[in-house]
Amino acid sequence: MTVDADVARRRIEELLRENETQILHRWTLIAKASSEELSDIYRALLTSLEHGGDLADMRGLLAELSRSRARQGFTPADTARAVFGLKEALYEAVESDGGPEALRGFIWFSRLIDDLGLFTFETYTTARERIILDQAEQLLELSTPVVKLWEGIVAVPLVGTLDSARTQVVMEKLLQTLVDTGAEHAVIDITGVPAVDTQVAQHLLKAVVAARLMGAECVISGIRPQIAHTIVTLGIEFGDIVTKASLADALAHALRRSGIEVIAPKATRLAVRTENV
Amino acid sequence: MDRVPILKLGDILIISIQIDLDDQSVLALQEDLADSVVTHGARGVIIDITAVEIVDSFIGRMLATIAATSRLLDAQTVVVGMRPAVAITLVELGLSLGGVRTALNLEKGIALLDHVRGATS
Amino acid sequence: MTGGWELPIASNSDVVMVRQRVRSVAVEVGLSLIDQTKVVTAASELARNALVYGGGGLARIEIVENGARRGLKLTFSDEGPGIPDIEQALTDGWTTGTGLGLGLSGSRRLVDEFDLVSAPGKGTTVTVTKWAR
Repeated sequence: MTVDADVARRRIEELLRENETQILHRWTLIAKASSEELSDIYRALLTSLEHGGDLADMRGLLAELSRSRARQGFTPADTARAVFGLKEALYEAVESDGGPEALRGFIWFSRLIDDLGLFTFETYTTARERIILDQAEQLLELSTPVVKLWEGIVAVPLVGTLDSARTQVVMEKLLQTLVDTGAEHAVIDITGVPAVDTQVAQHLLKAVVAARLMGAECVISGIRPQIAHTIVTLGIEFGDIVTKASLADALAHALRRSGIEVIAPKATRLAVRTENV
Repeated sequence: MDRVPILKLGDILIISIQIDLDDQSVLALQEDLADSVVTHGARGVIIDITAVEIVDSFIGRMLATIAATSRLLDAQTVVVGMRPAVAITLVELGLSLGGVRTALNLEKGIALLDHVRGATS
Repeated sequence: MTGGWELPIASNSDVVMVRQRVRSVAVEVGLSLIDQTKVVTAASELARNALVYGGGGLARIEIVENGARRGLKLTFSDEGPGIPDIEQALTDGWTTGTGLGLGLSGSRRLVDEFDLVSAPGKGTTVTVTKWAR
């Protein structure tokens, strides 16, 4: 017994339309969702079936459903299950119809609903990924302060593992701070950085060169022995870039360069004298 | 063709590039500036690129050429106001602008000129 | 994917037009300020190359998509003498003209994807892509 696929589809459409109230009611019970949301989706499904299966509107509504349910704390599996519930809701009508068209059509319909259910899952994952990306970006912003050490001297104390993206963000922020504050001296302190790879080292170097192009001087401080070893082993040329052992040394260097001398007149006191230049 | 105005402040010439220059205008600026340095007996040149959104190799070469030419005419050149994005791009492009002095802004540029001339004279 | 834009490169002012259009499309695609600057600079170099070495040509600007990422694809083509040795042309400092020889090699470093097709007598086509981060 063969049944024409189109005839089968049409039969399902008819069943969906004729039994709208009952099916919707059953679906609402199974899905545990609000009947307005579901009836919107139901309508959209009917319209898209009428127009030869363009599911764009339908997908929009499902995405909305997926989002609103995620906010209410439903898992994506719950949402997908709610969508799958439409099959069960329709089955009653198919059973009472009993014809071969309806049965054949039900298989087609079932496949359609499976796809839509998976689509809600996908929407959920995409929305999640977006949130994670946004948070990663915010974290990046948070974890990279540019601090003022002295009039005309700024520093970025870097802590933790540096990857290429983070290094780039920090460097951009540092250079922008130079413009905003007019600071002519910058210190990149990597005391808190356990290791660097070639790319990160290159980014640091480029930042120093870029700062120089803009008319500022940049010192790197706190290079750990392992990192110094890595830099030499990797054959990265640090050229004439000034490096200092500690942030304190770097600050002293920057102060000296800007014409300020730190002197200790007595063993126990530190005084700062500013020279006119 | 667009011509960039050259301002005179004491014995310093100031050019502020405000528009996206085509290559012809860049070459014209180079020549105009050399002429002005001689005419006014300028001892310093400041090129303000605060408004410049990109410096490609052509503009980069102009900056280097202006600095070298002015030096021959006994004037020091300072490029001021380079944007961070422009600086990062120049580094990536491989242009180091060797021989060109830079400062963060106009004020610091003028201070740098004073400083350099104090050291050389 | 949109149809894109095609701009002629026949004069110095066309190079400026290409820069400005690339900038506005780069903003639309959502490139960061640094990436906008990089891709506009690359466009400037490549458009100038097409004009100076290729005797003029065409710039094509397209918005491309790869999953969730959007990007900017630029194609510069000319019907000039072509490049006999592409390997050499991509080396820093190599030039047949009076430039610095950083146009091709430098722009390659400014973009994410770089493709150069050229043969003597057949012109040159450079295609570059920059993806939004």
